[in-house]
Amino acid sequence: MAEVRAEMVANVWKVVVKEGDTVSDGDTLVILESMKMEIPVITEDDGVVRQLKVNEGDVIQEGDLIAVIE
Amino acid sequence: MLTETLGPVLVANRGEIARRIIRTVKRMGLRAIAVHSEADADLPFVREADEAVLIGPANPAQSYLDAGKVLEAARATGARAVHPGYGFLAENAAFARAVVEAGLVWIGPAPEAIDRMGDKINARNLMEDAGVPVAAGTREPVTDLELAQKAALDIGYPVMVKTAGGGGGIGMSVAHDEEALAKAYEQAARAAARFAAAAAEGGEGDALAGPAILLERYIERARHVEVQILGLPDGTVVALGERDCSVQRRHQKVVEESPSPGITPELRERMLAAAVRAGEAVGYLGAGTVECLVDADKQDFVFLEMNTRLQVEHPVTELVTGLDLVELQLRVAAGEQPEVRPEVRGHAFEFRVYAEDPKRFFPGPGKITAWTEPAGEGVRVDSGYEEGNTVTPFYDPLMAKLCVHGETRGQALERAREAIAGFTVEGPKNNLPFCAELLDEAEFASGDYDTGLVGRMRGGRA
Repeated sequence: MAEVRAEMVANVWKVVVKEGDTVSDGDTLVILESMKMEIPVITEDDGVVRQLKVNEGDVIQEGDLIAVIE
Repeated sequence: MLTETLGPVLVANRGEIARRIIRTVKRMGLRAIAVHSEADADLPFVREADEAVLIGPANPAQSYLDAGKVLEAARATGARAVHPGYGFLAENAAFARAVVEAGLVWIGPAPEAIDRMGDKINARNLMEDAGVPVAAGTREPVTDLELAQKAALDIGYPVMVKTAGGGGGIGMSVAHDEEALAKAYEQAARAAARFAAAAAEGGEGDALAGPAILLERYIERARHVEVQILGLPDGTVVALGERDCSVQRRHQKVVEESPSPGITPELRERMLAAAVRAGEAVGYLGAGTVECLVDADKQDFVFLEMNTRLQVEHPVTELVTGLDLVELQLRVAAGEQPEVRPEVRGHAFEFRVYAEDPKRFFPGPGKITAWTEPAGEGVRVDSGYEEGNTVTPFYDPLMAKLCVHGETRGQALERAREAIAGFTVEGPKNNLPFCAELLDEAEFASGDYDTGLVGRMRGGRA
């Protein structure tokens, strides 16, 4: 199981995957936006998206849980 | 009209540029009115204005980009002129028109000039017709990948792919082959769609709508050199020297200097003359910037785009000419014909202090727990924040501009080194360590660098 957490304060601009999706290393899970920059959040693991904790438009803080990959 | 009758002046912007404009407005004896979002209520520009109006929530589409709210604030406060700064509504011709229709003075060029230059394809064609050199590229909007592929073959790889609207390097990328082109095209198309959506949300869908994309021949070892122009009421255009903006990450400027160490006096003369022609071709009034790409090896240049507003890096020009560009903007907008005989003295740098990590340049907003600005001979700091403020993720990462002037480039660099060491920012991530690193970089120190410098410093990752 791998937790994907936010590296910075940001807005969730786009949610690319949904719970139950199969993903592999390098896939984009969500796209954050901070300070006019798009920041893709990428999984470093192969697996299934078990939990997805953010919605488009959310403001998330550094360290917040974005997704759990299993 | 006399300048005294311009006030109160409403400043439709935020952060360092709002603060900088307010300073000159007040020095000229005029009232300064700020508008701000909820997120910016505690920033210095709000306090330093004579009056401040809350216009909406943090989301720029509902505050700084909402033309209706800005105009309503102007009406409610009795403002007689609007200064847009840079970004936000500054290059929005529909907004400029609405300001004029409301009976206010627009501190910028005529809306028609903004229109003509705002679309990069239009601008490029217009410049070519006016005899200003342009890079090989598309004269018509590229609207699908297949057209892009055809155009790229005609132009020859590598190509630069960008959106016709928008700016700030967003959606721009280089493609060296067909496979990379597909990615670059997709990225530009996505950026174009976002510009269009943001414009529609701000209630002026016409200005930036349409997925128009532009391809241009990419110059590998290029310097980004731009000419500051000032259009006067009698129709003449003056060039106020150039700025070299080749230190870039993600196609966005980090450090600028003037004069450019990478062009010969002969090339400078040609570029300044071309910039004047460019300004005259669109009947330009006020401060504007003609951006060019210089082929460092061939000592030749092409037109890139024209920015119809005050530029972030304008202090570099102010330091070497002794002029106050905001004052000149106001006087020209009031119909005055200031006598401007620019003489460049010494050398100046601007270092953009961004809230981002100094290695990967990723945003790092946060609360400022310590903030000490450097001071000293030849040092100027234009900042938007102070201790206790919070840098939020809603706006661009520029916290301050550290500017230095010296009699020579060497002296300016020495002053920069001391000033960077004397600048303390704690809380948000910041790129001051990168600025210090840059000063130790032989390429930068020598002056013989190009737009690939930061990428090389970071192993091709910037």
